[in-house]
Amino acid sequence: MRYLSQFMIALAVLVFVGQANAQVNPTERAVTEESMFEALGTDTNAVAGRVSIPDSNAANLIKPDNKSWAAFQVGTVQTLSVIAVVGMVGLLALFYMFRGRIKVDSGMSGLKILRFGAIDRFAHWTLASTFIILALTGLNLIIGTSVILPLLGENAFGALTSLGKIAHNYLAWPFMVALALIFVLWVIDNIPDKVDVEWLKQGGGIFKKGVHPPAKKFNAGQKVIFWAVIIGGAGLSFTGVMLLFPGVAGAAADWQLYQTIHALIAAGLSAIIIAHIYIGSVGMEGAFDAMGSGEVDVNWAKEHHGLWVEQEKAKSSKDSALSTPAE
Amino acid sequence: MARMKFLCDADRCIECNACVTACKNEHEVPWGINRRRVVTLNDGLPGERSVSMACMHCTDAPCASVCPVDCFYTTDDAVVLHNKDTCIGCGYCSYACPFGAPQYPQTANFGTRGKMDKCTYCSGGPEPDMSQAEYVKYGSNRLAEGKLPLCAEMCSTKALLAGDGDIIADIYRERVVTRGYGSGAWGWRTAYGETVAV
Repeated sequence: MRYLSQFMIALAVLVFVGQANAQVNPTERAVTEESMFEALGTDTNAVAGRVSIPDSNAANLIKPDNKSWAAFQVGTVQTLSVIAVVGMVGLLALFYMFRGRIKVDSGMSGLKILRFGAIDRFAHWTLASTFIILALTGLNLIIGTSVILPLLGENAFGALTSLGKIAHNYLAWPFMVALALIFVLWVIDNIPDKVDVEWLKQGGGIFKKGVHPPAKKFNAGQKVIFWAVIIGGAGLSFTGVMLLFPGVAGAAADWQLYQTIHALIAAGLSAIIIAHIYIGSVGMEGAFDAMGSGEVDVNWAKEHHGLWVEQEKAKSSKDSALSTPAE
Repeated sequence: MARMKFLCDADRCIECNACVTACKNEHEVPWGINRRRVVTLNDGLPGERSVSMACMHCTDAPCASVCPVDCFYTTDDAVVLHNKDTCIGCGYCSYACPFGAPQYPQTANFGTRGKMDKCTYCSGGPEPDMSQAEYVKYGSNRLAEGKLPLCAEMCSTKALLAGDGDIIADIYRERVVTRGYGSGAWGWRTAYGETVAV
């Protein structure tokens, strides 16, 4: 009993002391915006707290860093996109003036050799057509407000861009399928080897008439384009899917990162593809047939893919040797 | 012309969330959209403070700078509004906003988020003032009626202030001087590049 009363007294004293300590000065240790910003240097979530709504992202009170993404987006990304596209067109125009159309030196033979079958061309043109629409609708998001908006006015431009966004979201899927198909079909012929070193040393014969370094089915330049498309396309696909599924991707910081990577890869790949389109059409005589009819002139093939022609000939003579009955 | 701003006096905010509720009710904001929210910092710790936050109607608004269809505009009262007819729901403004103001009717995937929605400072959109079309898209237009935003008008502790930036800064400064402390004009430095010096 005596112990109990002593215990009660001790408890009462403790409670009293505790109450005295609870009289905190409201300004002491109060959180100020100033102190939060100081903490931001080390912890990017410093100005975040608790909210009573389900969206946990709403707990971020102030994210000053978002402004730097905005500045990067309208500054660097815009500039680099314009430089990539306009710069490449300018370079090609210069190249055309200097070199002109690359002709088949030995003239057209009239004989044809099959270069790309129907499935190759189907994959190529699916990838090509979707890429062009994706690139144009994407570029519209970057520079449309300064280029197309003044021409169309706000309503028409908004409607057009809205359609562009839908096209961009849905055509991304056939693009990805075609990309995978291209990879499976052509990867075997695009593995770098010794022949490419020699081809690169001679600059691919691009800059001089009559120079034709040997090449297999794909020369080193084409291999560069292949891997740029595969790696760049994969990067675009991944970041694009993340942007389509923002819930999976995470929060604003992740979306910003994916958007920036997406835009920069797109600018670079667009420049490469513009060069590819040039050399496959106006830039070189006989080149378009490879993806047009699929059959190229034998003389063109000998000049640009000499080793490949020999391989094909060896194959067909072997085939015919097998099919010819022994006498 | 007034330069409209919000200022939340965090030393007065009691996290009652009435501003949030008032906003939702005044503008018939759909489920899942919170034009205004209350964030509690240092929750449960000494020095806990709550801040009511919505669109701060920034000077040189980053949302407007990144919008790929240029649907934002600033009114004569320096309120940042947007045109939902032009908006394509790309989400860039939500990446750019330092205050988490842009909201989407769906948090859904596949780019089907719908048109962006955010605090209009109770001043509607590009449609004629107080028209039905404006109300359906943006909510009521109290500014056109000569009233200030409802969230601030009905704040029980007068923590949330709305009105001309200079006037509410003076009110806040007077409070800080009188009571001897103040946790700052939250968001002002980020939104306007300045803060209330006391």
